[in-house]
Amino acid sequence: MAKGIRDKVAILGMGCSKFGERWDCDADDLIVEAYEEAAKDAGIETSQIDAAWFSTAIEEQHVGKSGVPLAMALRLPYIPVTRVENYCASGSEAFRGATYAVASGACDIALALGVEKLKDTGYGGLPQRGRGALNSMFWANVSAPGSFAQLAAAYRAKHGVSRDDLKKAMAHISVKSHDNGSRNPKAHLQNKITEDAVLKAPMVAEPLGLFDCCGVSDGAAAAIVTTPEIARSLGKRDLISVKALQLAVSNGEEAQHNSWDGSYFATARAAAKRAYQEAGIDKPREQLSLVEAHDCFSITELVTMEDLFISPEGGAVKDVLDGFYDAEGKVPCQIDGGLKCFGHPIGASGLRMIYEIYLQMLGRAGARQRDQEPVRGLVHNLGGFPHQNVCSIAIIGKHGA
Amino acid sequence: MVGIASFGGYIPRLRLSRKSIVDANGWFNGALRAHAKAERAICSWDEDALTMAVEAARDALADRPRDAFKALYLATTSAPFEDRQNAGIVAQALRLGEAVNTMDVGASQRAGTTGLVAALDAVAARGGPVLFVASDKRRAPAASPAELLYGDGAAALILDRADGVAKFIGSRSASVDFVDHYKGKGREFDYGWEERWIRDEGYLKIVPPVIAALLAESGTRPAEIAHFCLPCTLPRVAQAIAKQAGIHEASLRPNLDGQCGDTGAAHPLVMLVHALQEAKPGERILVTSFGNGSDALLFEATADLPAMQQARRGVVGSLKRRKEETNYPKYLAFNDLVKMERGLRAEVDKQTPLSTLYRNKDMLLSLIGGKCERCGTVQFPKSNICVNPNCRGRHTQVDQPFSEFGGRIMSYTADNLTYSPEPPAHYGMVQFAEGGRMMVDFTDVDVGKVEVGMPMRMVFRIKEVDPQRGFTKYFWKASPAGDAKEV
Repeated sequence: MAKGIRDKVAILGMGCSKFGERWDCDADDLIVEAYEEAAKDAGIETSQIDAAWFSTAIEEQHVGKSGVPLAMALRLPYIPVTRVENYCASGSEAFRGATYAVASGACDIALALGVEKLKDTGYGGLPQRGRGALNSMFWANVSAPGSFAQLAAAYRAKHGVSRDDLKKAMAHISVKSHDNGSRNPKAHLQNKITEDAVLKAPMVAEPLGLFDCCGVSDGAAAAIVTTPEIARSLGKRDLISVKALQLAVSNGEEAQHNSWDGSYFATARAAAKRAYQEAGIDKPREQLSLVEAHDCFSITELVTMEDLFISPEGGAVKDVLDGFYDAEGKVPCQIDGGLKCFGHPIGASGLRMIYEIYLQMLGRAGARQRDQEPVRGLVHNLGGFPHQNVCSIAIIGKHGA
Repeated sequence: MVGIASFGGYIPRLRLSRKSIVDANGWFNGALRAHAKAERAICSWDEDALTMAVEAARDALADRPRDAFKALYLATTSAPFEDRQNAGIVAQALRLGEAVNTMDVGASQRAGTTGLVAALDAVAARGGPVLFVASDKRRAPAASPAELLYGDGAAALILDRADGVAKFIGSRSASVDFVDHYKGKGREFDYGWEERWIRDEGYLKIVPPVIAALLAESGTRPAEIAHFCLPCTLPRVAQAIAKQAGIHEASLRPNLDGQCGDTGAAHPLVMLVHALQEAKPGERILVTSFGNGSDALLFEATADLPAMQQARRGVVGSLKRRKEETNYPKYLAFNDLVKMERGLRAEVDKQTPLSTLYRNKDMLLSLIGGKCERCGTVQFPKSNICVNPNCRGRHTQVDQPFSEFGGRIMSYTADNLTYSPEPPAHYGMVQFAEGGRMMVDFTDVDVGKVEVGMPMRMVFRIKEVDPQRGFTKYFWKASPAGDAKEV
């Protein structure tokens, strides 16, 4: 295996807009909001950025194609801007582009910025959109909740978990994320909910009810990365650096070959194994301080805890119900509210997760700050469908750890 | 020597209670109350004349080789396309190959029998086998008597140069421009005339001479007719015609009015298949029709019939596979008879790139996937590189039809978010015993009755309709296999 990215790139600054129904904002307003915070945090001028990666997934709803919308919004001085899209893992993809550019030496300072302006569709949930000419002719009539809901059916069948027990664990996940979101002023949803409310909510896609599904939000997030040396030269102490960046993409085995049982993410397991190796982690349950998982749906978070090798296979229900992943638990998951409550502006989500880990590492997370000083945080950013997806894993931590 | 080598039938599972129709419309037309009994078959939103034709034909085909057919005739007055051969779509779905001669027969309620006469002539002249399918899903305006009397259904016959299960004795026809109803160009619905006139001047004057001529010509005594199929929902007409012809009233076949309703151009064949499922060797079956004239065909059941009666779903099995529907507004919505708010999610453009469709027609219409010749892995869709991680053979896949595979549900959901004409949309991963899997839409499932491990079979259905361009898109869906053959 290649030597990897560990400690080669440091985060110089980050920013994140308020997520939510930003009725008064266009995408460029959100871009500027996230960027201004990141640039101020980094302590740099726009002219110091050598290249930028711009992530947005449902661009036809707002900015349209190409890197131009970012360059226009920030008046970037004719630098390279690359637009990236990789389903809901697009934000991580922008971060990967910027990080690799710095690691290669091609850039000193690079920007990753993701945005999504989703609340202009006229209805709730993700926009209906084309899947490609041929796919539209034969794919099942899947929605996001409908495809992820199937994890529950397969998980129950595999592990012999009753419908009610699984639903209870899923409810715990959502209640926990709302608790966490209530302490996050930038979160889309800041209300607490009860387990009873979750269980009684209207069904979206069996067995996922309304509170099993994350919010669809407007928002933007940004990261400015550089080398540890340049970060220090710019006056940064307590460096936060990239430990691992891995991506695994389905090749059709889950969808077409009878080797996958539908109860887990084959991509997440592959990416997690490589990421731990890259970051030098061999006991994730002990060595990870925090996890930001792609909790698009409660069931996704539950099975992901096993795919990340934190809970043993079949053991996530117990860990969840034991509070292992609660804010006060051993490994808090979604301490910022997650996609569930912070919100899910697709192109920004991966960067938002990194933003939270970054804030926690620096002790800047306010009311939701983890008491125990975090050392390593994992960001799991997923896009697509359980049977056909893109899974990104980033590990961020204290430089040298 | 020509006969029926095999038969099949299909009546949609949904049966709309006529009481529900009359409860809704009786305030407007009290005369409808006379029909407020029993039920009629209705297509689900994803069924039409073509999907029913495919199902009836699959029943008739059973395990027969698909590539030997000389012709496929499709008789219907409710074809989804005016100019795109509907029989060709059915042939493609059935994998009959490109050498088959396909033809649409329509424009009259007699299309089923007129087409059948022509098909039998073709077999006599040039040999078989020929697949003949009649299928109809006629639209009727809300609060019309037709809405109560019509039903949806299909029947299929395989004809060949042998006696088969029922030997063809002969036929007679009359062509009379008697307009009991008509449907003008571009019109949505039929326009009809008074029933008493249709009875007295139509049925009672046009049909009996045709029967008499056929019986005389074939040397058949009227009393020899054991099964008399006469599709007619007007009261006492069939009895009067039987009496005129000297046929025992007891041999009148039930017109299935209470079970499925009048399936239009398909109905003579639906009644014939129903008769074939109950006839005894040596019995003679008379099939007649009425529509701008009349056709009469005579068959005689052979000793081979009883074995096939056990092996076919036919009309009898289809009628047993039944789900009562009492929600009349749902029927109106399925048939676009009421302006519905379908939501913003229904607004996405549904254009079909015809070049993409043509290039992938084997996959989309015939459900043909791939089988790797190197490792044997069956996969859908067929692709350039084998999906088996231990193989990855390149260009090693040959055509593998999936339509007759039996599968089981591996994962599923009932989705209220995605747009569906019948929410919740059920779909999931179906894994096939023969290999391969597919994330696929489910159809004919009931809310709360789906579970992992449930056996499923594939059925040809409407994927969606492009209302902007009037294009119906077809693909295959998974349907519960348990109740497929209620014999």
